[in-house]
Amino acid sequence: MENREFNVVGKSIKKIDALALATGEVKFTADIEMPGMLHIAFLYSPHPHAEIVDIDTEEAKNIPGVVLVLTYRDVPDTLHTTAGQGYPEPSPYDTRILDKRVRFVGDRVAIVAAETKEIAEEALKKIKVKYRELPYNLDPEKAEESEQIPPEDAYHLLPTVYEPSKNLAASVELSFGDVEKGFSDADFVLEERFEVQYANHCAIEPHAAVAFYDERGRLNIISTTQVPFHVRRIVSRVLGIPLKNLRVIKPRIGGGFGGKQEVFLEQVVALVTYMTKRPSKVVFSRKEVFVSSRTRHPMITWYKVGAKRDTGEITSLYLKALMNAGAYGPHALTVMANAGSKVLPLFNKIKNLKFEGFSVYTNLPVGGAYRGYGATQGYFGYNVMLDMIAEKLGIDTLEFFKKWHIKKGETSPIFEELGEGKEGVSQIIRSCGLSECIEKGAKAIGWYEKRRKRIKNGDKVRGVGAAILMQGSGIPKIDMGAAYMKMNEDGSFNLHIGATDIGTGSDTILAQIAAEEIGTSVDKIIVYSSDTDFTPFDVGAYASSTTYISGGAVLKCAKKIRKEILKVAQEMLNVPEDALYIENGTVYTRDGQQKVSFQDIVIYSLYTKNQHQIQAVASHIGLESPPPFMAQFAEIEVDIRIGRIEVIKFVSAVDCGKPINPVLVEGQVEGATVNGIGYALWEDYVFDEKGRVKNASFWDYKIPSIRDIPEIEVIICETYEPTGPHGAKSVAEIGINGPIPAIANAVYDAIGIRLTKTPFTPERVLKAIKSQGIKL
Amino acid sequence: MRGVFIINGQRKEIEFAPHKRLLDVLRENGYTEVKEGCREGECGACVVLLDGKPVNSCQVLAASVMEKEIITVRGLGTIHKPHPIEEAFVEAGAVQCGFCTPGMIISTYALLKENPDPEDDDIKRALDGNLCRCTGYVKITKAVKLASKKVKKDGK
Ligand code: FES
Ligand code: FES
Repeated sequence: MENREFNVVGKSIKKIDALALATGEVKFTADIEMPGMLHIAFLYSPHPHAEIVDIDTEEAKNIPGVVLVLTYRDVPDTLHTTAGQGYPEPSPYDTRILDKRVRFVGDRVAIVAAETKEIAEEALKKIKVKYRELPYNLDPEKAEESEQIPPEDAYHLLPTVYEPSKNLAASVELSFGDVEKGFSDADFVLEERFEVQYANHCAIEPHAAVAFYDERGRLNIISTTQVPFHVRRIVSRVLGIPLKNLRVIKPRIGGGFGGKQEVFLEQVVALVTYMTKRPSKVVFSRKEVFVSSRTRHPMITWYKVGAKRDTGEITSLYLKALMNAGAYGPHALTVMANAGSKVLPLFNKIKNLKFEGFSVYTNLPVGGAYRGYGATQGYFGYNVMLDMIAEKLGIDTLEFFKKWHIKKGETSPIFEELGEGKEGVSQIIRSCGLSECIEKGAKAIGWYEKRRKRIKNGDKVRGVGAAILMQGSGIPKIDMGAAYMKMNEDGSFNLHIGATDIGTGSDTILAQIAAEEIGTSVDKIIVYSSDTDFTPFDVGAYASSTTYISGGAVLKCAKKIRKEILKVAQEMLNVPEDALYIENGTVYTRDGQQKVSFQDIVIYSLYTKNQHQIQAVASHIGLESPPPFMAQFAEIEVDIRIGRIEVIKFVSAVDCGKPINPVLVEGQVEGATVNGIGYALWEDYVFDEKGRVKNASFWDYKIPSIRDIPEIEVIICETYEPTGPHGAKSVAEIGINGPIPAIANAVYDAIGIRLTKTPFTPERVLKAIKSQGIKL
Repeated sequence: MRGVFIINGQRKEIEFAPHKRLLDVLRENGYTEVKEGCREGECGACVVLLDGKPVNSCQVLAASVMEKEIITVRGLGTIHKPHPIEEAFVEAGAVQCGFCTPGMIISTYALLKENPDPEDDDIKRALDGNLCRCTGYVKITKAVKLASKKVKKDGK
C-alpha cells in the first residue's frame, strides 16, 4: 500500500453518532427498562481476607419484593478469568462468580435480585454472614511469604510461570547480551527505584449490564463492554449455557479506557435471568466502580543503566518490575510484560539488556486493563533514567533521544522475545516520525528558550521536561477483526463490524476507511457494530487495535466490494475491467465515453440480469504491531514553599501514521494526556490498614475538571505506515504514558529534585526537597 | 405521592415516592437523556435546568420542585432539529462517548444565557462541575465558543 491523495481519509468528518449523543436520543445500558425487570445488588466483604463460615439468607429472602438471594452455594463454581482477552486468555483462572473465601474489602459475598434496586439494597442488610478472618497482606514486596490468596485449584491455561502458593500471578524474564559485563564496560552506572500507584479509569458511565430472554427463548445481554465476543464466550463457559443461545449487544458506551474489558457483571445478569426467566439489570454505583470493578495496576520498577561517557552509548540496562495484581489476576501477566515489551525497544541499540517482571497477589482491589497497559508504569522510570544519563553526559536530553531512538528500517530483539503470554513477533519499523515529534514538540514548548533557565517568580520556579514513547497497534498474530458489507439500491452500503466503539469514534473511522476505498462518501455507509448475532467477530476495543486491525478488515472488505461493483459495471458497459475507474459513487470508462452510477449498478444486480447481492466479507489479523510514537513536553511551575506543581503547558507530538480523522486523533491524545496529568499529580487510592478504600467517590478521588487543565497542544507528525489501512497506526493509548516522566523531568529542570513516586503531591514534593536539598 | 412537573414545556403528572430525587423521577419516566454518573453531585452528568438555572438533579428532592420548569437536553433540540449548542458540540469534536454531553450542553446553555460572549475563564467556571474523562476538555472549550457564535447568529 502506498501513500496517495485521499478524499475521505485524513478529513475531520463529524463523528457519525455525535448528534444522536448530543441530543440525548441514544440509550446507554443503564437507560434500558423492561416490564418485570429485576434489579441486582451485591453484598461485599468487609474483610481483606476471610472464609465464609456461615451465611444466612432467610430473612433477606422473606422481604417482599426479593426474588433471589444467591451465595457461593447457589451459583456455578467454574473457575475463570474476568479478563476479556482472546482465547486462551493469558490470565489465570482464579475467579468464581461467588466464592467461600473473600480476598479483599469489596469482594463479592452474595447477590440479591429484587423488584426494585431499593428492595435489593434493603435485603443486603438482612443477610447474616459469619466470617473467619484470615491473615492478609497489602504489600506486594511481602507477597511471597504471605498467606496464599488465590484458590487452591487456580490454574493458568498457558504454559507460563504461575505459582499460586507463592502468590505469584505471573513472571517473565528476558535477557540478551551480558548485562554484568555491560555494567563493567560502562563509565558510569545509575540506579533508581520508581513507584506508581492505584488509579481508576473513571469512565463517567458506571459499569452496567442487562439480560433478558427474547421471543425465541434466547438469552440476550446488553452491557457496557469493550469486548462483546469475549463476553459471549466467557458467559457461555462460566454458566454452561450453549453459545448459540446467547446474544451479546454493545449499545453506546460511556467511555472504557480498559475498565470495560472485564467480564464481571454479564455472567451475573445472565444467571439471574436464566434462573428467574425475567429480565434483569445491574448498574454499579460510583463507589462500586472504585472498589469492586478494576484499577490501574500499581507497579514498582528498578532501573539500572550503564553508559559510556564519550559516545553516550548505553552499555547495559536492567529493569525489574514488581506489579501488584490485587486479589485476582486479570491481565497480571500481560500488563507487567508490557512494562518491558512496549518500553525497552525504544532504545534499540542496547546490546546487553535484562528484564525481569513479577506480578503478585495482594488483598487489595483488582487490577486490570487500563489505557497504557504497563507502558505507563514502565515509561516513568525509563524516561527519567534517560534524562539522568543525558545530564551526566552533559548533553541535551532531546539530542540524546534523537540519537538513540529506534528508527525506520530498524528492529529490536525484544519484539520477537516478548509477546502476550507467548513469544512475540519480530518486526521492522516501517514508519517512524519520532525525531520530527521531538523537534516540533520542542519548538511548541519553547524548549531551547526555557530549558535550564529556572525562571523564578517569588517561590515559584519554572522548568520544562520531556518524554518519548512508543506503543503498539493491536496484538500481532493474535488479534483478529472482521467486516461484512452489502450494497443497497440507492448506492448506500451497510457496514457490519464486530469492532467496538466505546466513545473513541471507531465507527466513524471505519466508515471513512470503507468510503475511501469504495469511492463514495461517509454518509453512504450505514455502520452497525458489536452485536454477536449480526456482526462478524472482532476481539474488541483494546490494545490500540481497532483502527489497525478492524480497519484492516474493513479495507479488505471494501476492496472486495469495489471489485464486485466493477464486475457488474463491466457487464453493463461491456468493457474490460481495467478500462474503468470509480469516482464519487459513479463508475466511468477511462476514455470518458461512458458512465454508470452506483445506483444503476445495484438496480441491475438486484433486478435485471445475473441477479445477486453485491456483498463482501473479510477478516484481518495483524502480522505486526507497528508502534505509534510520541514526544511529550511539560512546562511546569513548582511552588517550593508549598510543594505544589502546576502544569503551565503540555505538548504532545504524535506519529500515528496517517491520521484517518485528525480531530478524532487530537481528541484521543488530549483525553489521554489529561488523564495522564491527573495520574501524575493527584489521582490515588487511599487505603486504611485493612485495605479498605477510603476515597471511593469523585469528592475524594480527584479527576481533572475543566479548571485543572493547562494549555494543551497536540501536533500530528504524519507518517505513512505501509502495513496499516490507508497508512494508519494506532493512537488511543500512547498519550497517557508521558505526563508522569515529562512532569518529573520538568521538576528536575526547575529545582533539581528527582521525583520517583507518583502522584507528585505537595507533601511528596516537599519531602523530596527536604531530603535531596534544593539545587537552584 | 403525586405531583405535577413541567418537563420540556409539558405538564406531567407523576406518581413518585416522597424521598425520590429529581434525577430518579426523570429517568424513571423516560427522560433517560439525564445521565447518572455519581449520585453525589460531583460529575454533572445529571444537570438539568430548573427554572432556567442549572442544577445537579441527583441533589434535588423531586418533591421540592413540583410545578417548576425543568428542561433537559431533549427539551433544547432533537436529532431532527438540533439546538445550535448541540451542533457546536458535534462540529467541534467535543462528543466522544457522549455520556457527559447532555450535562455539558445544559451547563453551556445556562452560561450563554447569562453571558453570550464567554472568555476562557468564564467557561472554566461554568463547566467546572461537569466532568469528562474522554476529551481532556480542549474540544469542549472550543465547542462552547463555537456555540456562542452560533447562538448569537440564530438569536436563540
Ligand atoms: S449524577 Fe448528579 S452529579 Fe453525578
Ligand atoms: S465525552 Fe466521554 S465523558 Fe465526556
